[in-house]
Amino acid sequence: MLILLLAYAAAAAVCLAGHRRVDRSAFPLSTLPHVATFAWLAAVAPGVLDGTPLVASIGWVPELGLSVDLRLDGFGLLMGLLVSGIGALVTTYSSGYFGPSADRARIAGLLGVFAAAMLGLVWADGLLTLFVFWELTSVASFLLIGTDDRSTTARAAALRALLVTGAGGLSLLAGLVLLGIAGGTSTISGLIAADPTGGVVPVALVLVLVGTATKSAQFPFQFWLPGAMAAPTPVSAYLHSATMVKAGIVVVARLAPTFADVGVWRPVIVVCGLGSVLLGGIRSMRQQDAKLALAHGTVSQLGLIMILVGLGTPATTFAGVAVLLAHALFKASWFLSVGVVDHATGTRDLRRVRGVRRLGVVATAIVLAAASMAAIPPTLGFVTKEGALEAFIEGGAGWTGTVALVGVVLGSVLTVAYTLRLAVGLLGDHSVGEDAVDPDHLHRPGATLVAPPVLLAALGLVLGLAAGPTGAWLARVATSLDPASGEGALYLWHGLTPALGLSAVALTVGTALWWTTRSATATADAPRSSFTVAYDRGYEGVLSAARRITGVTQSGSLPLYLGIVLLTVAGAAAAAIVTNRSWFDLSAVPVANSGLELVACVATALGAGAVVVARQRFGAALALGGCGYLLAVVFLLQGAPDLAITQFLVETVTIAVFLLVLARLPQRFSSAPDWAPLGVRLAVSAVVGLTVAGFALQASTARTEPSVARDYVERSEPEAGGRNVVNVIIVDFRGFDTLGEITVLALAGGGVVNLVAAARREQRRKHLLDGTDVEDLSGRAPEVWR
Amino acid sequence: MSLVQAGLIAVLFSVGTFLVLHRSLTRIILGVGLLGNGVNLLILTSGSVPGDVPILGEGGTELTDPVPQALVLTAIVIGLAIVAFLLSVAYRSWTIDGNDVVEDDISDRRIAADPGVDEDFGEET
Repeated sequence: MLILLLAYAAAAAVCLAGHRRVDRSAFPLSTLPHVATFAWLAAVAPGVLDGTPLVASIGWVPELGLSVDLRLDGFGLLMGLLVSGIGALVTTYSSGYFGPSADRARIAGLLGVFAAAMLGLVWADGLLTLFVFWELTSVASFLLIGTDDRSTTARAAALRALLVTGAGGLSLLAGLVLLGIAGGTSTISGLIAADPTGGVVPVALVLVLVGTATKSAQFPFQFWLPGAMAAPTPVSAYLHSATMVKAGIVVVARLAPTFADVGVWRPVIVVCGLGSVLLGGIRSMRQQDAKLALAHGTVSQLGLIMILVGLGTPATTFAGVAVLLAHALFKASWFLSVGVVDHATGTRDLRRVRGVRRLGVVATAIVLAAASMAAIPPTLGFVTKEGALEAFIEGGAGWTGTVALVGVVLGSVLTVAYTLRLAVGLLGDHSVGEDAVDPDHLHRPGATLVAPPVLLAALGLVLGLAAGPTGAWLARVATSLDPASGEGALYLWHGLTPALGLSAVALTVGTALWWTTRSATATADAPRSSFTVAYDRGYEGVLSAARRITGVTQSGSLPLYLGIVLLTVAGAAAAAIVTNRSWFDLSAVPVANSGLELVACVATALGAGAVVVARQRFGAALALGGCGYLLAVVFLLQGAPDLAITQFLVETVTIAVFLLVLARLPQRFSSAPDWAPLGVRLAVSAVVGLTVAGFALQASTARTEPSVARDYVERSEPEAGGRNVVNVIIVDFRGFDTLGEITVLALAGGGVVNLVAAARREQRRKHLLDGTDVEDLSGRAPEVWR
Repeated sequence: MSLVQAGLIAVLFSVGTFLVLHRSLTRIILGVGLLGNGVNLLILTSGSVPGDVPILGEGGTELTDPVPQALVLTAIVIGLAIVAFLLSVAYRSWTIDGNDVVEDDISDRRIAADPGVDEDFGEET
């Protein structure tokens, strides 16, 4: 299994990396992994269907217990056959569909990436493995919808699809993780075996269902799928009808037999599913673009499958698997046929299309696919729809099953109506548009274009005629989901049953519905979906809200940011200090260690105050220097003569540097607008100062271990041969600190030199422009002259 | 640590913070200098009690802790480097636009003034 996935990845990598060089051979190359997978699946099928799933597992992050777990069971086999089989047909079709102007290598590569991800998804057993492949398909879908990256609509549609399915993926992840914790397992098979119960399970299941509804375009998330039709038709046929949109159904199908009896499950499934069935059907009736009509039809059909597999009784599970197969075959055929029509006539607009009947075998494919979609005997569509109705009538899912039955019959009526409208619209020559296609000038499609849809449509007919064996095979597939569904069977004719009656009713009423609404839906464009409008409003709302929040929080004022940061840090520290309370006990702390210290400290504080009060830069700098000198005295009194000397020297240099720079700057401080009133700034400063002082008092009494200094003092003379312990520490015991210090000095010095040099160049240029004499400034010719 | 020292730390930090919150780069640098002094005093006083000079053979019995001194000594020198660097930044700023004021970020102000306009996604939908 892993080898096959890697083969897909390799072919995709060749296509994506080789780009122009593999242009013509991209699609044939990407067909190979599909064929290999299909053949392999066919070879292993007997064993898998006998109930021995193939398992593969490789460690991913073993320390975290993460691994890529794959498990090929009956259902995985069916999905794998669909993904690889339809994949092979779609890539073959694509080699005829895309001309040299299209970026064939990119599309082929992305289709390969998608196929690998989709196979991983349907074979995944690990919960996280499932999620990773799930998201990979979303990303591949996003890139493929946006194939035409110059079209705003395509980009918007791609983004919409990504956001909806991506958000749903997160919901799915949350649900799966909760389920995994509740069941104490990290695999789907383990989860089904554990069958966890408890308060968290319903929540987790709703989260999972939200995820599956987004992916499978279920109400109320169905709106992204019609937009996804901006993708090229082969992509739509593959991702957005046959495979990717089945991902949600795959997950539901795996979980439903175990969890369908949890209270919330069936109502959610039925509401989402029926909403999709009816809404999709109604909206499909109003589309003029054949592809869009199909897309809405897909929403409707997916709703039916979702209800079937979601109800989770053995009979509905079997019927769901059967309908899934039928839908994949006829819908892919439909899309590919519409692609051929588009290719031949240059349009998919039902009002303009003419002359499709002259395409011969393609028209036959359309008729067959339409028959299967509308459930007309003897196609697979009919046989499986019968099976579905049987399963509903059989019951077992309580009132939700009854509601579902009514809804599905209504949906079938709609399906018949929109299928008829679509088929007649495409095949008929009664075009109403003024710019209708001239049927004498058709672009004849090649064999690679015609063969895939015809093959798929024919398969739908053959499997329908062979209902018995097909049903028996599908029953073996369904046992992997629910062991009890192995008794399912399909019949082409099983007497005058209620199901047959309902089918007949659906056909009759559907035909009547089409006939009566045919003129009303003939010309008008479909209105924009209110769901899309709501989504777009929400999307824009989020964007503008984000900008508004940015506007409030990011005022662009550095002092304001700094004030907020300082206040936050000081506030947190102050809270800790106040709650600790030990600093209230100041009895052990002397007012001053000596009278001289008192004087020195007060004098230093006054010096600091003078820095603020000074109106001129020069005076402020001198006050800073004075403050520094006085601090040296405080250091000295603390018993630190080395510090005092250093402080004295450094302060002298600082004043010198200040004076050098200030000589260039204006004398007085510029009065820039303040970011906050004086009171606020003073309050922030006071809070910071008092917090630090409180911290200092607490820290000075917080020592629990003796200082490391004792060791240094003892080793100072014998090991380092120095008596000044501070010096020994700096140059010997902690020499690397000093190395770091020197590095900082060097870097700062380099920065200063560069900045000053740049400033000089700037000034010279200015003076040059002003025409003043440059020589005065530097004493040598400026660089700009050279 | 004495109360007077704690008071001096409070003054140095308050004044330093107040200066740093200005828009004039020169004032900010003065503030950084005072904050540096405050930090140095904080480390020294909260890490050691006053005692005899930590030089052996000078007859001292109760040596003051030399480790904070070593740390602060390094810090003082780095403080000088920072102040010098900031001063050259101020000088550069002055040569560019004739003052040393920290301006607001213009694009931020624009967003704050008109949150409806979206430049990056203007063509969306």
